[in-house]
Amino acid sequence: MTAEHLRLEGVTRVYPPMESHAAVHALGPLDLSLNRGEFFSVVGPSGCGKSTLLDVVAGLAKPTAGSINFEGKPVLGQVPDGVGVVFQEDASFPWLTVYDNAAFALRRAGVAAREVAERVEHTLAFTGLMSFAHAYPAQLSGGMRQRLCIARTLVMRPRMLLLDEPFGALDQQTRLLMGDELLKLWRETGATILLITHSLDEAALLSDRIGVMSARPGVFIDLVETGWARDRDSRIASQASFGVVTGRLWAALRDESIKALAMAS
Amino acid sequence: MPVAQDADPLLAGERAERRRDTRTLDAVLLFVGLVALWQVGSVVLGREALPSPVATVGKLTAIMSDEDFPRHAWETARAFLTALLISLIAGLVIGLALGAHRLSGEVTEPILAALYSIPKITLYPVILLLFGLGISAKIAFGVIHGIIPVILFTMNAVRNIRAVYLRSARAMRLTLAQTATTIVIPAALPEIVSGFRVGFALTLLGTLIGEMFASQRGVGYMLVKAMETGDTATVMSLALLLVVLATAASAALLALDRRLRRYALP
Amino acid sequence: MNRASLIRIALLFGALAVLEWACRYGYVSREAVIPPTTMLQGAWRALALEETRAEILWTLENVAISLILSVVVGSAAGLLLHRGARLRRALDPLLASYYAVPTFVFYPLFIVLFGLNRWPLIAIGFLFAVVAVIINTLDGLARIPRSFTRTAAVMRLTPAQYALHIILPAAAPWLFTGVKFAVAYSFIGVIAGEFVVSGAGMGHAIAFAYNSFDNRMMYGLIVLLFATVGSINMLLWMWERRLYARRAGR
Repeated sequence: MTAEHLRLEGVTRVYPPMESHAAVHALGPLDLSLNRGEFFSVVGPSGCGKSTLLDVVAGLAKPTAGSINFEGKPVLGQVPDGVGVVFQEDASFPWLTVYDNAAFALRRAGVAAREVAERVEHTLAFTGLMSFAHAYPAQLSGGMRQRLCIARTLVMRPRMLLLDEPFGALDQQTRLLMGDELLKLWRETGATILLITHSLDEAALLSDRIGVMSARPGVFIDLVETGWARDRDSRIASQASFGVVTGRLWAALRDESIKALAMAS
Repeated sequence: MPVAQDADPLLAGERAERRRDTRTLDAVLLFVGLVALWQVGSVVLGREALPSPVATVGKLTAIMSDEDFPRHAWETARAFLTALLISLIAGLVIGLALGAHRLSGEVTEPILAALYSIPKITLYPVILLLFGLGISAKIAFGVIHGIIPVILFTMNAVRNIRAVYLRSARAMRLTLAQTATTIVIPAALPEIVSGFRVGFALTLLGTLIGEMFASQRGVGYMLVKAMETGDTATVMSLALLLVVLATAASAALLALDRRLRRYALP
Repeated sequence: MNRASLIRIALLFGALAVLEWACRYGYVSREAVIPPTTMLQGAWRALALEETRAEILWTLENVAISLILSVVVGSAAGLLLHRGARLRRALDPLLASYYAVPTFVFYPLFIVLFGLNRWPLIAIGFLFAVVAVIINTLDGLARIPRSFTRTAAVMRLTPAQYALHIILPAAAPWLFTGVKFAVAYSFIGVIAGEFVVSGAGMGHAIAFAYNSFDNRMMYGLIVLLFATVGSINMLLWMWERRLYARRAGR
């Protein structure tokens, strides 16, 4: 089992021209290599193609050029086994209870009822949702719903977890706490994590490495290593090196952000 | 963005409880208010033009105990229920298909909207010519009235499914059939039920209108006969019966609708 | 013109062509349906006759009056009901069952009230349309964000200014939908009334043609009716698109 888990080479995504707009070169060409169990974040200005990158890596969209390899096998427009995705918007199904939401994917995959129960209960306990097992998403706060979406994905035991600005709709304090939770999950499951975020603080706090994307078409203009210990939580924000990391991120990002702002129509 | 609140499932339940309490009281108040208004109207306009509530109920009891009535009621019920079944089921299937297939939906929607706005009563002669006199004409008329809103609502429901649900389905590697049955239908259900409510009312209307012409049986026939002979008492009684039935069915569907929306996100 | 429109036009032409062929070659009984080209001839003849023209005009006037009344009264009622949430909730089942009763059974009542003229028909059209306007007005008012209301308070707007400069533009798409319904339902109500009980107007003319076995005239009038309603709808739809093209999602 090699250390390399995900490999992108020359990945490009161009949206074809439609009635309403010309062709849009959204992403790339992009190279990236992630090691097994690494926590990698992507930051960049709005519209730089961060979400497109996630779609392509997940197999939800096909790259116009270049290759993506997950666990040595190519990813081509189909979601590979072992990949979990948490979206920006709340994807919890309002017509199912928390328990049924978590069990959903396992049941569809035909897993035996006994094992479903075991895995769902373990994950719900782990994510602190056990006491709400029979509530409906409408009765939960936004943060808890996102936690449910993460739980739903975790139940599948993904080897790579992709998160697209999962905490975007939450307030700062909740974000920080959810970040700690995510780190806990990461340590427990040993999954490789690719996190898309617009928050430099979040990226700096959580990641082993951070990729800084340019304005559209997005390419990596900097790759920052944080050097944090595996056993970390949000309290590392008080360390001096935290400021160094965020400083470096913003230095790389500031001009790109200005460019992106000018681009917005 | 609102500040995140502590999850409190109990609070949402309590609020719903309190709302339910006033609802029954409000329904009663409204009922009393409408009856009072009716009584006043009867006095002002004269008992010939607008029979009083009491007189109407009396007349209705008389009509319903008449030996002929069950025959008429059954005739109408037969036609209506058949038309309803067709409207709802065919409407649902067509609506799902048109909603799922973008292009088809886009092509047909203006046509359906136009058909919805046309006074379909003018098509009645055409229906009669095509189906002849009899129950199939009545059913056809009921269906053309009721099926269109069901199709439109269902189509809209499918189209408006949040994209993130479909993306989640792909991320979870569901098959097309699984996506349709475990995600599309539950997600679209509340709006589909709204369509059913409108479809119910319009199918009933269509069936009745169908009965009002060239039919010797049914509640619609009784209605048109009463209108022609100026028998306002019968007209009012039958109208009252229809209102009660339609309201009851609508309230039941509304309750179903509310139960489905209970878990809908605010 | 986009792909969907082209396909739609092709589809309609195709359907008409099939119908024409089926009628002319006897696959559909001439007693029941006449070929589309003959229908058009009927329509032309109807327009040529002064009598039918007068009836059509009379109907259009009735529809217009019903439309104006239902929009004005409906919007006002919607505005008032907006404040009374309890009343609104209580009315819900009634509103839904409203359309199940053929409102023109109350035609005799209206004749007593207004006399044997156009007003009973307008009353029927009004009753049909006003509820749809109320529902849509309520919908639009409900969607006005609270932040708008609070901004108005901070700007110290008078109620009239608030209504004119904030409520009206913010709720406009839904008000427009209400108007579209009012047009459709005014037509349906007036023509249904004319068809069933009145001795004048386009609806009556169609019924008369049917009873006189004058299929050509009957279909001609139906075609004219569809064309009128269809064109008005299309104009409204195009106008709506232009008004709200640049507006962000509702």
